Amino acid sequence: MGSNSLYGPLDPALDAGYTDAPPRMGFFTDTSVCIGCKACEVACKTWNAVPDDGFDLLGQSYDNTGGLTANSWRHVAFIEQPRSSSGAATDTPGAFAGLPVGPSSVPATNVVAARSAPDTGTSPGIPPAVDALAAAATAGTEFIGAAPSPGATGGCGSGDTSGGCACGGGSSRGGASAAGSSGGCGSGAGASEGCACAGGSSHGGASGVGASGAGAIGVGASGSGEFLGMPMTDLPGRVNEAPRSDFRWLMMSNVCKHCTHAGCLDVCPTGALFRTEFGTVVVQDDICNGCGYCISGCPYGVIDRREDDGRAWKCTLCYDRIGDGLEPACAKACPTESIQFGELDELRERAARRLETLQSQGVAEARLYGNDPSDGVGGDGAFFLLLDEPEVYGLPPDPHVPTRDVVAMWKRAGLAALTMAATAVVAFAGRRK
Amino acid sequence: MAEAHPVGFQWVVEAKNRGAKVIHVDPRFTRTSALAHTYLPVRAGADIAFLGGVINYILSNEKDFREYVVAYTNASMIVSEDFQDTEDLDGLFSGYDSELNTYDQGSWQYAGQQAEGQEEDESHADRETASGLEQESHGPPIPADVPRDPTLQHPRCVYQVLKRHYARYTPEVVERLCGVPQDKFLEVCEAWTANSGRERTTALVYSVGWTQHSVGVQYIRAGAIIQLLLGNVGRPGGGVMALRGHASIQGSTDIPTLFNLLPGYLPMPHFKQHESFDQWIDAIRHPEQSGFWANAKSYAVSLLKSYWGDAATEQNDYGYGWMPRLTGDHGTYQQVLDMIDGKIKGYFLLGQNPAVGSAHGKAQRLGMANLDWLVVRDLFMIESATFWKNGPEIGTGEIVPEECKTEVFFMPAASHAEKSGTFTQTQRMLQWREQAVEPPGDARSELWFFYHLGRIIRERLAGSARPRDEGIRKLTWDYELHGELQEPSGEDVLKEINGYDLTTGKLLSSFTEMKPDGSTSGGCWIYTGVYKDGVNQAARRKPGREQNYVAREWGWAWPADRRTLYNRASADPDGKPWSERKKYVWWDEAKGEWVGEDVPDFEKTKPPSYRPPEGASGVEAISGDDPFIMQGDGKGWLYAPSGLIDGPMPTHYEPAESMVRNPLYGQQANPTRKVYERSDNLTNPSPPELHSEVYPFVFSTSRLTEHHTAGGMSRQLAYLSELQPEMFVEVSPELAAERGLEHLGWAHIVTARAAIEAKVMVTDRLAPLRIDGRVVHQLWLPYHWGSEGLVTGDSANDLIGITLDPNVLIQESKVGTCDIQPGRRPSGPELLTYVQGYRDRAGLTPGHHTPIETPRDEDGQQ
Repeated sequence: MGSNSLYGPLDPALDAGYTDAPPRMGFFTDTSVCIGCKACEVACKTWNAVPDDGFDLLGQSYDNTGGLTANSWRHVAFIEQPRSSSGAATDTPGAFAGLPVGPSSVPATNVVAARSAPDTGTSPGIPPAVDALAAAATAGTEFIGAAPSPGATGGCGSGDTSGGCACGGGSSRGGASAAGSSGGCGSGAGASEGCACAGGSSHGGASGVGASGAGAIGVGASGSGEFLGMPMTDLPGRVNEAPRSDFRWLMMSNVCKHCTHAGCLDVCPTGALFRTEFGTVVVQDDICNGCGYCISGCPYGVIDRREDDGRAWKCTLCYDRIGDGLEPACAKACPTESIQFGELDELRERAARRLETLQSQGVAEARLYGNDPSDGVGGDGAFFLLLDEPEVYGLPPDPHVPTRDVVAMWKRAGLAALTMAATAVVAFAGRRK
Repeated sequence: MAEAHPVGFQWVVEAKNRGAKVIHVDPRFTRTSALAHTYLPVRAGADIAFLGGVINYILSNEKDFREYVVAYTNASMIVSEDFQDTEDLDGLFSGYDSELNTYDQGSWQYAGQQAEGQEEDESHADRETASGLEQESHGPPIPADVPRDPTLQHPRCVYQVLKRHYARYTPEVVERLCGVPQDKFLEVCEAWTANSGRERTTALVYSVGWTQHSVGVQYIRAGAIIQLLLGNVGRPGGGVMALRGHASIQGSTDIPTLFNLLPGYLPMPHFKQHESFDQWIDAIRHPEQSGFWANAKSYAVSLLKSYWGDAATEQNDYGYGWMPRLTGDHGTYQQVLDMIDGKIKGYFLLGQNPAVGSAHGKAQRLGMANLDWLVVRDLFMIESATFWKNGPEIGTGEIVPEECKTEVFFMPAASHAEKSGTFTQTQRMLQWREQAVEPPGDARSELWFFYHLGRIIRERLAGSARPRDEGIRKLTWDYELHGELQEPSGEDVLKEINGYDLTTGKLLSSFTEMKPDGSTSGGCWIYTGVYKDGVNQAARRKPGREQNYVAREWGWAWPADRRTLYNRASADPDGKPWSERKKYVWWDEAKGEWVGEDVPDFEKTKPPSYRPPEGASGVEAISGDDPFIMQGDGKGWLYAPSGLIDGPMPTHYEPAESMVRNPLYGQQANPTRKVYERSDNLTNPSPPELHSEVYPFVFSTSRLTEHHTAGGMSRQLAYLSELQPEMFVEVSPELAAERGLEHLGWAHIVTARAAIEAKVMVTDRLAPLRIDGRVVHQLWLPYHWGSEGLVTGDSANDLIGITLDPNVLIQESKVGTCDIQPGRRPSGPELLTYVQGYRDRAGLTPGHHTPIETPRDEDGQQ
């Protein structure tokens, strides 16, 4: 075990014991050119013989997949926002400027859409109403109906330790929350700081979403701008009264991140999950026994089990194809090169250049996500260029691998054991006196 | 484009990454808008007002590419003094016949040519036969010798006529008609003009839904006028390009599946207009006219030789007598109505699903239910094969399965991966594809089906002495057969299309080698050369990165492998490139020929200085600076003195169904539109008729990325069906509030034809517009669903009636009026009562007549 085997920058293939591994391969998904065609979803399913996940109209814009599950290894999120596209010149009138329009429908439709839980035939699949309360908050609508318990909301596919992680911060962005329900909002690993509901307070007011997000929070919740998961007391229509004048539609193809420090892999007791020579993480379906530990180990809520056989399934980064020198099916099918496959080092350079270009064109909110080797998972093998905060897309703002805290926990446990031992010694010693 | 053509959209993304500005104009905010810099919402059906505004901007600010316009367009030609504009006649051009609802086009001609124009009964016959389609590859007849004023100052020159015609299409009027704010409209005008001229070109790309209007041809004309004024035709990066809705739609008009055309845009003979072979030939080539159509006899004789081989001789007019004849309108909509009326007994459907995909779904299904037999060839059991047991009319009792007399033969078809052949795409490029796998089970290719059907029919008729069978018995019908399935050779067919020199047996290399004496054959003259040198040129696959950007070694484009049509226009009148940046084809003085990146679309050695001698005709009459060689006068037409049934210049008419009174003219809608007035094809009332408020909203339909047209190829596949699993209707939050519609709840949409139901999608992507002082709501529907497949739902095309463009008989299916109400529609016979209730309120009672020409008061006022 190397010095950073549990946390920090690392070459995962080397750490896994490969002596002459090929370069680490990965995805750079550039959402600024995604057109939401979903060719990636179809190509992935066709190549990997992934079953369909049911025919449910979700009402989440054009997203009828809902999230990453055992039966959907690519997922295109669609986020409708009543705000301008980044980079539009300030003298350009908004999409609907000057038209006889009223307030945005985004918050209200999010409340409805949040109740639409697809039956994906998988577990945990896509949790129902994952974002309903948050959506309700942004809508300024009293949320009535099948309200999940705060625990269920916080669960977000992460299971045990993340009870306090209820925010799905993007929801506080007012209208941004369509994607919030796309699964895996919470960081599962139970740590507190990254998971805090800071999203709303940190950028809700500043972002110019104004009318919906920040306003709703300010009026309805604690007044501190912090969303605490409580239903709103405002009557419908009390907030969001400003006529919409602008609009943007974000699209993003999500996928397993193939983390440098993969929580799923670390906890797999059977060895079904393994690190490939390309640095990717793959489940071997003939070894998986369906224990489900990996599900709580994933900080992104990606991994999921099929209900019919109980086994865990996820993106393999087309291990069979890349081993043959082919690119993964999704990248091959992507018409606009939103999904780019290649050597991770080169992709990171490419992404940095792309970011620079976009920012020089005035797309101030463009940012990279998962590209930093010093982040909580040691950097992702599949990273993204986003056009807004990660929470807007349903991604955790600061994911980290559970093993990050292992050393500290063992140290504390060791200390406790030592203390207990010492106490016992003292006790016995005292008795002998 | 991102919605329906995601693969093609990669080039827009690439251009954007290189700094191009992307502007998207659409009634709703789509996936394309999401990637555009600027989005403009617009009212469906008001496009000519929008484009006319752009024309007015160009002309009133003198932003046109003047040298190009003077040299290469008909801007300088003087129009007859008899011509009167819609501006003079309140929405009608001169020559309108109120009885036939068509024009005598005499007064539209150039000065001194008034006798040339079509008269109203001729024009009427042309409407019946959609003769406008013949002009896909050549212009209508026009004499070359026309008075001109190169200074463009003559009050009757085309430039000034155009300027007057569009003078009222100001930014204020565009805002009033289209709902587009003036500042955004001007942004488009400025971007379009700034990106055109010597150094730059702009491409106009549209998807074919743009044509689906009662003024569809004039929409495209309006776009073409702008492109000509700005010098964007015949130059690299310019042009007007139609993105086709299927893999080989271009191919299906080149080698047509249309009733009125023969291969290569030769007209199907009409029983009265083309009684004799010579009449037919002269109708195509127009003696005394300049241009390449003068050789029409070579093309026509070669076609007949490829049909009948040795049986086609000079003595029997090459078998012209065996050709079928048109007697009128045999278009797809006329046929459907004839089926309802019991006039048509049998029908073939090949890869088409009219029960879902064609306008007025109920008429389609009722028509097919009244046949004796129906052959359906498709990949899956589609709605058009099961309408008699699963269609919506079973519930209403209009079709009773036990009583439906239609015998349906379903023939499984091979998919494109299971057969080899060509696709012809929008650049007129043929691309050969290889067969990947054998078709499963009984599935067979179209080629197999028709070859063996023909073989069996010919065997049955072998002993027949009846004259009507002679044409079938004498057809050439031998192709090499392959494999266990006895699949005919597609390459054999392509060679037949390419054509042979019959004296040597060699394949032709160009249509210029075709002869009018029966010594050559060729199944489609514009495709001649696709088998040049005995090589399947369509199968060339040299990657783009291994050649220059024109990529001439990829596939093969008609005519003569030209990648850009009329590319002589990429050089100035002297033959020099307009600019270094945009050089493409130019005159090489030293070599004495045209050279460049592409095959010159011009006689190779005709110098720019060439002027035709007095009295010249045909190719000889084309001047060295006339790039538009298929046009009778060699010019790009800003003003069409002939060839269009509804007028020489695009004019804003309201759609056949509109709740808006035409703010520009007394004439409400296209005065020559093709209508089928009958009780089973009612039209919602429009002003000045009463009761338009019964159907108070505008609706449009189009595709989703996730599905393919009528769903036959997508609703049967789980991976596509799960992505868009249910029929839905998109409404703005404002319309949702007005009608009490709930997100994901049910709603139903009603027109005079039908009521359908759909799930509600409330979205900011739609917004109400302010049109002529009132708020107009638009709603949008995808049209992919029907009663078969993994996911089913009501069909949007059931809402649409049959009203057609007069030039090419395309239906108006992208705009109509409707009502929307929350909740599901009634089912069973009550549905009929419900729709009838709307008709009653709208005054669509028996004997109701929708006027084509809008009635005026006696003093000429509305």
